[in-house]
Amino acid sequence: MATGVAAWLPFARAAAIGWMPVANCPMPPAPREHSKKQDELIILNVSGRRFQTWRTTLDRYPDTLLGSTEKEFFYNEETKEYFFDRDPDAFRSVLNFYRTGKLHYPRYECISAYDEELAFFGIIPEIIGDCCYEEYKDRKRENAERLMDDQEENKDSRLPNMNFRETMWRAFENPHTSTMALVFYYVTGFFIAVSVITNVVETVPCGSTPNQKDVPCGERYTVAFFCMDTACVMIFTVEYLLRLFAAPSRYRFMRSVMSIIDVVAILPYYIGLVMTNNEDVSGAFVTLRVFRVFRIFKFSRHSQGLRILGYTLKSCASELGFLLFSLTMAIIIFATVMFYAEKGSSSSKFTSIPASFWYTIVTMTTLGYGDMVPKTIAGKIFGSICSLSGVLVIALPVPVIVSNFSRIYHQNQRADKRRAQKVQKARLARIRIAKKGSSNAYLQSKRNGLLNELLDLTSSEEEEQHMNKTSSLLESQHHHLLHCLEKTTAHEFVDEQLYEQNCVEGAQFSRSPSLSSQDGFTGTCCTRRSRKRIPLPNASLSTTHTHTHTQGLQELSAIHIQCGDQPSLSTRSCLHPKPNNLVVPPLAATTAIKLYQ
Amino acid sequence: MSHCRKRCKRQLIKVARYFYRFLTGTLTQDSIEDDFELSTVCHRPEGLEKLQEQTKFTKKELQVLYRGFKNECPSGVVNEDTFKIIYSQFFPQGDSSTYAHFLFEAFDTNKNGSVSFEDFVIGLSIILRGTINDRLNWAFNLYDLNKDGCITKEEMLDIMKSIYDMMGKYTYPCMQEDAPREHVENFFQKMDRNNDGVVTIDEFIESCQKDENIMQSMQLFDNVI
Repeated sequence: MATGVAAWLPFARAAAIGWMPVANCPMPPAPREHSKKQDELIILNVSGRRFQTWRTTLDRYPDTLLGSTEKEFFYNEETKEYFFDRDPDAFRSVLNFYRTGKLHYPRYECISAYDEELAFFGIIPEIIGDCCYEEYKDRKRENAERLMDDQEENKDSRLPNMNFRETMWRAFENPHTSTMALVFYYVTGFFIAVSVITNVVETVPCGSTPNQKDVPCGERYTVAFFCMDTACVMIFTVEYLLRLFAAPSRYRFMRSVMSIIDVVAILPYYIGLVMTNNEDVSGAFVTLRVFRVFRIFKFSRHSQGLRILGYTLKSCASELGFLLFSLTMAIIIFATVMFYAEKGSSSSKFTSIPASFWYTIVTMTTLGYGDMVPKTIAGKIFGSICSLSGVLVIALPVPVIVSNFSRIYHQNQRADKRRAQKVQKARLARIRIAKKGSSNAYLQSKRNGLLNELLDLTSSEEEEQHMNKTSSLLESQHHHLLHCLEKTTAHEFVDEQLYEQNCVEGAQFSRSPSLSSQDGFTGTCCTRRSRKRIPLPNASLSTTHTHTHTQGLQELSAIHIQCGDQPSLSTRSCLHPKPNNLVVPPLAATTAIKLYQ
Repeated sequence: MSHCRKRCKRQLIKVARYFYRFLTGTLTQDSIEDDFELSTVCHRPEGLEKLQEQTKFTKKELQVLYRGFKNECPSGVVNEDTFKIIYSQFFPQGDSSTYAHFLFEAFDTNKNGSVSFEDFVIGLSIILRGTINDRLNWAFNLYDLNKDGCITKEEMLDIMKSIYDMMGKYTYPCMQEDAPREHVENFFQKMDRNNDGVVTIDEFIESCQKDENIMQSMQLFDNVI
C-alpha cells in the first residue's frame, strides 16, 4: 500500500483518466465509501501528554498498532481518547513516523528503551531512515556486546562436572580460577624472566684474568649457564606438552600464535643439543641462540596490554603497509635526487643510489648520524627538503595506530565487520519483504475477490460472512485503481511463481499466436463479468468465443485455486481471512465452474 | 591589446590570491560556501477563496488536498522527479515513470518544469468535477504529446507503451512484445473516422461519445473525492 503518499491516492485515481479511452473493456465499479465521514482528529493521550492527529494520518500504516484496530483496546470511553501508558518522549518519534513517513532515532534515547517502544507500537526498526540508521546500529551492537560480556563472565562459574582435561584447559586460560593455576602462572612467568635475564647476562664481560681480554660470563661459567638454560627449557617443554594435551582442539592449538612462539622458544636448545659435535655449523648454532630472545614474547600470555598491542598492529596492518609503501617511494625519490646531486663532488660518500638509501632514511627519521653528509649546495638544499618531508611522512602512522588501539579497547573489530555485512544484507532483505507485502496484498485480495464471486454463484452464505472485506477504504480504492489498469491492458497482475508457471504452460499449449492474444482479451474480460450481459466489443470473435472462453476460464480457475493452497504471510496487515479457512470453498469452486460451463 | 592585458591581470590576481590562501591555510573555505546555494524556492498558493472560484472543489476538499500536497512537497511545488517517485509508489510491480512524465506534462500547463498547487488542483478539478466533455478534452490533451491538436500513431504508441510498462513483468497472460502496438491499431480503428492516420479532437470526442464503455468509465471519477 502506498502508505506514505496516501493523501495522493485521489490524484492517482484521477490520473487513470488516461486509460479510459484506451481500454476495450468497461471498468470495474468503484468501491463505495461505507460512511462518508469527515476526517476527524484523534486524541492520543500518552501518560498525560496529549497528541492530536488526523485519523487518516494513522491509517497510513495499517500493520502497526496505531493504524489497525488494535488501538481500540486502548480507547477510553469517558474521555473519548486513546490512552497509552508509555514514555511520551519516545512516542514523539513514533508519531512523527506517521506524519512524515520517516522514522528517526533520537540520540539521547537509550537503545533498549527505544527498541521496546518500537516493538510495542508494531514498527520494525529497519525502517529507520538512513540518516539515523548507522547510529542506531552502532548503539545496538555496543549493547549486544555488553550483554555478551556479562554472559561470558557468568559462564566462568559453571559446570562442576568437567573432566580433568577441561579443568586443566580452563586453568591454563584463566589463571584466576584455582590456586594451582595461579601458582603455575607465576612459576612460568618467573622462569621466563629468569631465562631472558640469563640470556642477557651471558654476554656481559666479567672476566677478571688480566692477561686475557674480557671474557663474557657465558664462557666463564659455561656449566652454570647451561644448567640454568636446561632447567628453563625443561619447564617450558613440560608446559607446552601439558597445554597440547589439554587443548580441546589440538590442531587449532598448534596453529595458534602462542604455541608457535613456545615452539620457537625451545627449539634452538634441542637443535643445539643435537649439533654440538659438529664444528662447521657452530656458526649457525650461534645464530640460533638469537631465537632464544623470543621467549620474551611468552610474556604476552601474562600481559593483556601486550596482547592488545599485538592485535592492534595486526588490525592496522593495511594502514601500516600503505605507509611503508609511501615511505619507500619517498626514500627512493630522495635517494636518487641526492645521488645525482652529489655525483659531482669528490670523495662523496654517495657512491650509489642504494648507498644513498641509508642517508635518506637517517635524515627522514630526523636521526642524523652524520656519517654521510652532502657537500654540494644542491645536495644540501635537497637534503633539507628531505628532512622536512621526513617529519611529515613519519608522523602519519602514529595517529592511526593510536586511534586503532583505543578503538580495540572498546569493541571487537573482527567479528563486527563480518557481521555488519550480513546485517546490511538482512536489513535490505527485510525491507524488500515488507515492501513486497504491498503488491502481495493486492494479489491476495484479488483471489479473495474472485472466490467471492464464485461463492455468490453457489450462494453459500456462511462462507460469505467469512469473506467480508475488512480492508480499509484506502486499500480498496488502491486495489480498484490497479484493477482498472488490468482492465485497460487486458493483462493481470500475478505472483512471480505463477508467472513462471504460466510461461511454462504457455509454451506447452500449442496455439497459434493470434489465438493466444485474442484469448488474452476474451479470457479476462468475460470471467469478471460473469453475471452482467454486455456484448463484447470484438464481435468477430464470436465463433471462437465459446471454445477459448472455457479454456481460459479453466486455466484461470485452476491457477486461482492453486493460489488458495499456498500458505499466507502471517503479518498484522493480513486483515483478509487466511486461505486455510478456504479449504472447503475450493471444492465448491470447482463444482461452480463445472456448473457454469 | 588592453583586453588581453586586463585578462592577464585578472588571472595574476587570481593566482596571487590562491597562493595567499594556500599559505594562510584558508584554501577550502570558498568551495564550502559555494555549495550552500539557496536551492529552496518556496511557493505559496493563492488564497483559498480564489482557488474555490477557479475550481469546483469545496473548501474542505481543498484543505484536505493541500495538506497531502504540502506533506510530500514542503516547498510548494512538485518537480518531475518527486512526481515520478510519488506515482511509482502506487504501482509497485511495474515502471510508471514514463506515464508519470506524460502526466506531469499534462498538469504543467505553463510549461515551467514544476507543478504548483494551483496547477494540480485545477487539473484535478477538470478530471473529477468537470463535464464528460471536459474530461475527454483533458484526456486528449494528455495523449497529444506535442500539443499540435492531433494524435499520431507514434504518440499513441508511446502512451500505450507507458501504460503497459506499469503492469511490470509478472502478468497473466505473459506480456507479448507487440501487445501495445496491437492495442494502438485497435484504438485507431475505433477512433480514426476518416482514416488519415491521425485522430483529431473532434474525431476523438465523437468516437468516445459513441462508445458506451468509455462513457460509463468516465462516470467513475464522480466519486473519487
